[in-house]
Amino acid sequence: MSSTTDLAAQGKREGRPGLAGLQARSGAALNPNARVAVRNLEFFYGDNRALKGITLDLPERQVTGMIGPSGCGKSTLLRVLNRMYSLYPGQRATGEVLLDGKNILDADVDINALRAKVGMVFQKPTPFPMTIAENIAFGIRLHERLSKAQTEERIEWALTRAALWGEVKDRLNTSAMGLSGGQQQRLCIARTIAVRPEVILFDEPTSALDPVSTLKIEELIDELKRDFTIAIVTHNMQQAARCADQVAFFYLGELIEVAPAAQLFTAPQHARTQEYITGRFG
Amino acid sequence: MSHAALAAPSRRRAGDGGDRLFAGLCLGAGILVLLLLGAIILTLFIGGLPAFRAFGAGFLWSTAWSPVEGREQYGALVPIFGTVVSAVLAILVAVPLAFGVAFFLTELAPPWLRRPVGTAIELLAAIPSIIYGMWGLFVLVPLVQQYIQLTIGDTLGAIPLVGFLFASNSFAGTSLFSAALVLAIMILPFIAATMRDVFGQVPAVYKESAYGLGCTRWEVMRNVVLPYTRVSVVGGIMLGLGRALGETMAVTFVIGNANRLPTSLFDPSTTIASIVAMEFPESLMGSLKQSSLLALGFLLFVISFIVLAISRLLLRSRLKG
Repeated sequence: MSSTTDLAAQGKREGRPGLAGLQARSGAALNPNARVAVRNLEFFYGDNRALKGITLDLPERQVTGMIGPSGCGKSTLLRVLNRMYSLYPGQRATGEVLLDGKNILDADVDINALRAKVGMVFQKPTPFPMTIAENIAFGIRLHERLSKAQTEERIEWALTRAALWGEVKDRLNTSAMGLSGGQQQRLCIARTIAVRPEVILFDEPTSALDPVSTLKIEELIDELKRDFTIAIVTHNMQQAARCADQVAFFYLGELIEVAPAAQLFTAPQHARTQEYITGRFG
Repeated sequence: MSHAALAAPSRRRAGDGGDRLFAGLCLGAGILVLLLLGAIILTLFIGGLPAFRAFGAGFLWSTAWSPVEGREQYGALVPIFGTVVSAVLAILVAVPLAFGVAFFLTELAPPWLRRPVGTAIELLAAIPSIIYGMWGLFVLVPLVQQYIQLTIGDTLGAIPLVGFLFASNSFAGTSLFSAALVLAIMILPFIAATMRDVFGQVPAVYKESAYGLGCTRWEVMRNVVLPYTRVSVVGGIMLGLGRALGETMAVTFVIGNANRLPTSLFDPSTTIASIVAMEFPESLMGSLKQSSLLALGFLLFVISFIVLAISRLLLRSRLKG
């Protein structure tokens, strides 16, 4: 269908070609487990440089937490990873973001196919004004032609993976707007994974939810990392500590430090990180 | 300190003279509007009463319009039909265009183009209707007469069963079709502006979550933006319909003003507003003809009121939801 999909299929068969070559080019150390490799990424809102030379790997089937004070660029980075910024004139990125060996910043990338591979969950639950089942089927239909039975099967699978099936299986054909906030957010997660992405981006997924719903989402993220590579932006450092395998600290558009979660929170290497995680600013 | 400030008598107490006077003035203004509205309806109804008495309910479905003294016969069917059909045709033409304009302005247009196109659309709404009328008569009508009517008549007119809708014996160019086109251009800016505004109000995060699943711009418009704004969009269309129903000058110029029930798009006809504009100066004070025209005015009021009420109803359920 598209060059991206072809490359993805190729990447799956041959185990991500091109990364070795990249390593030689960029000179940065490359994690062999990297599912997404960000290299020297610069991002601009018009003339405003919001990301400065970011180099970061998202290891396969791990959770990468992104923390930092407001305006540090962590959400901007997330919006680069699925090219969401391309919707808006005046926003541009330079550098490389490699997914399956393909630079997704290239002009010839099929953005719709990319977004099928890199799903996103937002700050606020965003159910569409349709039934619960239609919300899930909607995303599937964009990319695949499935029979009715296959679609139903996929809906059940996605809702089960999102820990929502038990709560909604008797009301699949009622409006999604009638669900609670936490249920709506899990529906959005189900909708995202129903497309079977490789990477899931969470942009402060619990900032609009109560503590119980937050806990459920965190447990879910822990469960989902068995199958998906996950990046989560959060303002809540406890959440980053609970969910993430590695944590990246951003400050004023720069990546200050990235380390395994335990290490970053107990023995940060940089003074800025130390100050932020101890609550001295931010 | 703060306790003392609270305890001290304020120099500006609520409910003293000035406040009451202002509240009274506002109440008066509100009531005046209601009184005016009621008075207008009542005057129209009383003025039309002799016609309603003389012709009974048959006034509504009679096609007669005969001012011959002693055998006067007036009926409202032709103007009602012309009013409703020209307005509905105008909506059919204007809505797809307005949707395209709004879609372009909110989703596709580069920022530097949005303002000029948006302003141009708004300026369309500022053109006085008499100018649309003149333009319609001197530019559009000849175009319809020389090109459109013949082409459509020769092609679609040959279709069995519905062909008669496109074939006409009248070749003046002033017709239901011309009126509908002019009306469509006149109401386009209102519908487009409403659509643009409500499309712009859809929270970005909803659109982004659809884009995030891999939707194209059209898929986002169809599956997210339109469902969210459906009710407001219909409300905007109804407002356009309301304007089309009452438009007088532009329609009078191009519709042909023939009191015959049109069977074809290209037949001349008349609307309530244009028959009143044409005939009122010639009607004698207190005559049955004048009464019939006032009765027509009352009916136009009723039709417009129904359309407006429907649009309000739709917009309100949107606010509740």
